[in-house]
Amino acid sequence: MSDLHFKTITELAAMLAAGETTSVSITHAVIERTAAVDAQVKAFLSSDPEDALAQAEASDERRALGRAIGSLDGIPIGIKDTLAVKDQHLRCASKMLENYVSPFDATCITKLREAGAIIWGRLNMDEFAMGSSTENSAFQTTCNPWNLETIPGGSSGGSAAAMSAGEAIATLGTDTGGSIRQPAALCGVVGMKPTYGLISRYGLVAFASSLDQVGPFARTVEDAALLMEAMLGKDPLDSTSIAPEGETNYAAALKVKKGPWKLGVPQEFFGEGIDPEVKVNIEKAIDWYKEQGCEIVDISLPHSELAVPVYYIVATAEASSNLARFDGVRYGHRSEEAKDALTLFTKSRGEGFGDEVKRRIILGTYVLSSGYYDAYYLRAQKVRRRILGDFEKAFEQVDAILTPTSPTPAFNRGERANDPLAMYLSDVYTISVNLAGLPAISIPSGFTERGLPIGLQVIGKAFGEADMFAIANAFEQGHDYYKAVPAL
Amino acid sequence: MSETPHIDIDYVAKLARLDMTEEEKSKLGAQLDDILGYFDKLNSVDVEGVEPMAHAHRVTNVWREGDQPDETYAPEILTGMAPDQRDNQVVVPKVVE
Repeated sequence: MSDLHFKTITELAAMLAAGETTSVSITHAVIERTAAVDAQVKAFLSSDPEDALAQAEASDERRALGRAIGSLDGIPIGIKDTLAVKDQHLRCASKMLENYVSPFDATCITKLREAGAIIWGRLNMDEFAMGSSTENSAFQTTCNPWNLETIPGGSSGGSAAAMSAGEAIATLGTDTGGSIRQPAALCGVVGMKPTYGLISRYGLVAFASSLDQVGPFARTVEDAALLMEAMLGKDPLDSTSIAPEGETNYAAALKVKKGPWKLGVPQEFFGEGIDPEVKVNIEKAIDWYKEQGCEIVDISLPHSELAVPVYYIVATAEASSNLARFDGVRYGHRSEEAKDALTLFTKSRGEGFGDEVKRRIILGTYVLSSGYYDAYYLRAQKVRRRILGDFEKAFEQVDAILTPTSPTPAFNRGERANDPLAMYLSDVYTISVNLAGLPAISIPSGFTERGLPIGLQVIGKAFGEADMFAIANAFEQGHDYYKAVPAL
Repeated sequence: MSETPHIDIDYVAKLARLDMTEEEKSKLGAQLDDILGYFDKLNSVDVEGVEPMAHAHRVTNVWREGDQPDETYAPEILTGMAPDQRDNQVVVPKVVE
């Protein structure tokens, strides 16, 4: 039973139901695996094995009494450090929140608890989710389990690395511009960003509120579907959350044979900047769908190259506003140098925030400031509608869109640390999806010669998660990539 | 936006209530000018008559039904998060002379 930590939720749920294992055994396996490998991977900022085991014992007791809840009952799930878990630290990998302890559970956490899941540990990230490599954490740099010299992607790098290394059965991340899908691709796991509004943002520390979404990392598409089912829904505590339309029994729907589909391939995603190995890999994946009888349609998303500038205007503008709450008054870091009200704000913020957060606050403040608002923020909001329009037009013809998730595989640590623009371009294929509010999933699609994972992105229609999962599941089950685990 | 864009960091940092060292400002200054230059791409598209998009879906303001407040936290839990507190109140430096 030594490999429990690499099993899927579906496999473990079957074993639990058959009495072949217990939640305590699974949780022990995950704790032992974390103890064995996290000194190398550095995915966790903190964890509480005793608390996890107590939750596991409660799950096993429920099951013994015939009251097991469902597939997630007894499954340890790692949590990104930007989601509130009652009585645990919520640091957002920032010195600003180093001593902050959350007084409540985020809605997605409440829902996972109601489904019987074991809430396990705090996973590293870029500070306030700003970054694409997890190098912006104030506390530690997470390594990619496939090659420890490389970055795991970001901002949910801890969640992706822990998943890949078997330090949790599934994990949660958040995705504002690709922060789930890009690290999932770089770490060789499944990562999914839902339609905007499908999962409540209550208890998620806000970065860019019109873009942020919570989503799952998992070993398989089916596992991601199970997690989505548990977490989705309208929440009175988040007025932007939406009761979903259409099919939401995603996992069960995967058992029904569907397709062949009409799949769009946007030429704009295969041009300048794409790594040749990634390009060949994704073209091969597209050919596979064609061989299965799918119709491949060349589509155009002409405003794609504007997604990165639009994103870095909209997201930084929203961030500069959201992060105004960190002022050293009611919670978070307060400077000891503060002499009056103004220096209480300026010095607390200057000491508490790291470089990338400062860069984005300055940029966001600038694009919203008098004299520049129209030229930057307003114009970006208008181009954002053009980007949505591109997708709406494409989806008149196709059921889903296939693209690479990231233009390159994992890059070496430090490689882009001093070039923010190069770092921002890591998200060139994921960002437009957030701007349009669509669902998308990254699934493993193979490896480079250097042995680094590559991810295929499937972009669905708004609330079209069921089809998106089915399309991703078909490729996954037609290949063995999802079974590969890193040698640590 | 046609001339070389440049951010007056001192001014913007003041607006953002953000203290920055001279070293941070000079490093950030060059990077931000690069990024702003990149933003110029947005001028390549005609947005005449396009409605600005602030949100992924059409959303409307939501009013709470009735005026029954939800259960909330005890004052000591909330003030207990503050870096400095006394008698269930947050302590800050003197604001008014």
